Amino acid sequence: MARRGAIIGTGQTHHRSHRLDVNGREMIHEAVTRALADCELTMRDIDAIVIGNMDHFEAINAVDTWSVEGSGGVMKPIMKVTTGGTTGTSVAIAAYYHVASGMFDKVLAIGWEKNSESDTTGAIVTCSDPIWDRYSYSGAIPSLATEASAYMEKFGATQRDAARVALRERTHAQNNPYAHMHGRPLTLDEILGSPMLTYPIKLGDICPRTDGAAAVVFAAEGVAEKLAPRPAWVKANAVRHTNTWFGDVDQRTGLESLERASREAYAAAGIKNPAEDFDVAELYLPYSYAGLKWIEALGFCPPGGGPQFIWDGHTDMGGKIPVNPSGGVMSTNCIGATALLRVAEAAIQVMGKGGARQVPEVKTALATGFGGCWWSDVFILGKEKP
Amino acid sequence: MELLTMTSPDIGMPYEWSVGIYGSKFFEEIKRNQRFVGIRCPQCGKVRVPPRRVCGACFCEMDELVYLPSTGTITAFSIVNYPFIDPATGIERPVPYTYGYIQLDGADNIFSHIINETDESKIKVGMRVRAVFKATNEMEGNIQDIRYFEIE
Amino acid sequence: MEKIAIVGTAQTKYERRKKDQTYYDMVYEVTTAALNDAGLTLADIDNVITVSNDFFDGRTISSMAVGEAAGAHDKNISTVEGDGTFGAFYGAMRVWGGYRSTLVVAHSKGSEGNPKFISNAMFDPIYHRPLGLDAISSAALQANAYMTRYGITEEQCALVSVKNHGNAKKNPFAQLSLDLTVDDVMRSPKIADPLKRLDCSPVSDGAAAIIIGNEEIVRKAKSKPVWIKGVAHCAEEYFLGDRDLANPKALRDAAKRAYQMAGIVNPREEIDVAEIYDAFSYMEPLWLEGLGMCEAGAGGVLTESGVTKMDGALPVNPSGGVLSAHAVLAAGLARLIESSLQVRGEAGSRQIDGVKTALAHGINGACGQSHCVWILGAE
Repeated sequence: MARRGAIIGTGQTHHRSHRLDVNGREMIHEAVTRALADCELTMRDIDAIVIGNMDHFEAINAVDTWSVEGSGGVMKPIMKVTTGGTTGTSVAIAAYYHVASGMFDKVLAIGWEKNSESDTTGAIVTCSDPIWDRYSYSGAIPSLATEASAYMEKFGATQRDAARVALRERTHAQNNPYAHMHGRPLTLDEILGSPMLTYPIKLGDICPRTDGAAAVVFAAEGVAEKLAPRPAWVKANAVRHTNTWFGDVDQRTGLESLERASREAYAAAGIKNPAEDFDVAELYLPYSYAGLKWIEALGFCPPGGGPQFIWDGHTDMGGKIPVNPSGGVMSTNCIGATALLRVAEAAIQVMGKGGARQVPEVKTALATGFGGCWWSDVFILGKEKP
Repeated sequence: MELLTMTSPDIGMPYEWSVGIYGSKFFEEIKRNQRFVGIRCPQCGKVRVPPRRVCGACFCEMDELVYLPSTGTITAFSIVNYPFIDPATGIERPVPYTYGYIQLDGADNIFSHIINETDESKIKVGMRVRAVFKATNEMEGNIQDIRYFEIE
Repeated sequence: MEKIAIVGTAQTKYERRKKDQTYYDMVYEVTTAALNDAGLTLADIDNVITVSNDFFDGRTISSMAVGEAAGAHDKNISTVEGDGTFGAFYGAMRVWGGYRSTLVVAHSKGSEGNPKFISNAMFDPIYHRPLGLDAISSAALQANAYMTRYGITEEQCALVSVKNHGNAKKNPFAQLSLDLTVDDVMRSPKIADPLKRLDCSPVSDGAAAIIIGNEEIVRKAKSKPVWIKGVAHCAEEYFLGDRDLANPKALRDAAKRAYQMAGIVNPREEIDVAEIYDAFSYMEPLWLEGLGMCEAGAGGVLTESGVTKMDGALPVNPSGGVLSAHAVLAAGLARLIESSLQVRGEAGSRQIDGVKTALAHGINGACGQSHCVWILGAE
């Protein structure tokens, strides 16, 4: 019988664009030390480690072996799980299964990225199939822009609608001392007036490039209750990494992978009306238009209803379903850590450790991951043991 | 104390990927007949281009090739403005250029390539486009044998 | 923890170059073959773990190339980037953790990139990479350290090459089946002292897949179940200079925990056959020491004694081992597959008689920085 598992502690670095003072290992170590401190454990207490990152981003092959001094993996079981942008959630899911399997009691999940050390766009371009897609593929941003162009065409959404999403993210980041964009808010006009990178995505619509790391401690039932006053229990997880070629994804439909993954996770967690049943959501939204379209895939509102849902304020702090109290991906994007930060922030909300970004009385939280070929991961946490 | 960095040398990691039987057929058709070839799934009936061995959704092997015209419709696009080093060539890709998703007539999935219109006011989702090929004697058996798609 | 088993296996033939096949093709081939082997359909597979490496494939998010080919279009999926034995471990944890079954599939094509650049990229960019360290030169350092410490001779290591390449003659999947003498090995070109060409594994293309199932799936499958009795892994320090290369302490730790889980007290007596990761000839005796099959430093003598030959008391690598076929990442899964075939009694002419308990082993990182040990049983 599978055991139940919970998150009992999290840690992250203060995310910045260039961390010249640390190498990757040292940066990982910062996040790890904070996560252990958060649940009052030492590295000796950790039974296994799961770490994820994309090798090409720092141009280090077998990055799990390289990181062991920073991750704590020396003389411990450590494995590397990596799935592109969804890496952070894949790592969280792997850590959960380490615990649920009965093999390990306390497991550390780590995601990290030292964006400043690499040519991220160059590396991302290599995620495309070298024979079919790579000639025209120019990285994540134009690819996302094609989705935006189709969505605008279909539903009449505007750049202003998307900018309202960006405004929310950047405003929320002001409550999060770890966020890259903490101390750097933007107004709607500034977003709309920012340089056009690839139509219709402007600089203000897209995530930054960040150096940062995140670490999350998972524990098994029987252990979690002793180590944390309010563990964040894993209620469900589902993943759809549906496609191999970019052309197999039709931008005229909703985000299929997120629709399928959320349907499965909701069923497992007993979620019937997501906008009502969740108290908070940390969603992987790499650009503003996603904040309009992908909440439809999640069932917060019907197709085409995204813009109205946003303008009605439902996703702001104090709204029906606050989205990204942390500021989200648009405020911090250390890619290997980004999806793990969504899980960590959702856990922080359930554990009541959110400080200035805490949503009151969180019972159930949603976290999502995105990346690869329009892939999605869904992770649900709750206050009650399932 | 100065904080150091270390740059990697430009050794370039060479690769030689296999195209496979289906892909090779696609490029052969481009070279011989300047036409596209897709493949139909015996279970769901969907036609996909470029042709591939397996229908992911049905998880069955396919072998029914379908020849397609080189025309289609724009389903999504983006005009890329920011410069970056193309890992395929090692030099900066000239911008702006338009990255497009085209539904070829007769296909159920999308073909991605370059569209040769970079003026925002002159390109719209839904427009009809046609493929423009290299001269046959210049074709190399790769995706650039299709130079771009142009708006009809 | 419930009982779970390997219920399906498949491998491609390992070759120097599979020019007409893409990764997708190889993965599809072993996925369908593993399903057939198990007598199951895709609907019986609850989730998929793919195993690949971005540097080998020349592609960030290398898993993207093969998810669909592995049947994961509408399934839960994840990816381990490390040896296949580690991917299989995650797959097993997912079955213990609630899924009925996991398909684990690994692929790599050594022919499509430059293996020296690729393995060089594993080393620290600031301190080691500019020195030109790669898989072979680092292994040579380890061989040197090991042989100097204990007086293991090149001839003793050559015996491993002779044995394993000879065993490969009975393995239709192996790439290099050769009739060798110790002299042949000793006179083969010196690549990096003390490693000569015939001490080194080849560069290979290939893929492998296994299906792990819980008892419900075991009942449904047509194959004889190979029960997972024990599994553990462990990693050492990263920098070669921080490690004692002649003492595989991570392997000792992993082996100890795997044996404990499987209830094995005297591995030398209780293990009937072992498939271990002999990427280089010296690794076989070194890993046998780490596995507790003999005292530290006695690996050379153990090899000379004939105990590890096909007709010995503890046959090691009846498949021909990694020395005979080395599709990186898939090679660890191949060790699991070969030991499973032994347990089932389906290993054809390379079958060892009366196998009840088998050991499979994989490594990750330079000079076996990390080891994964599996104990499989007929009951």
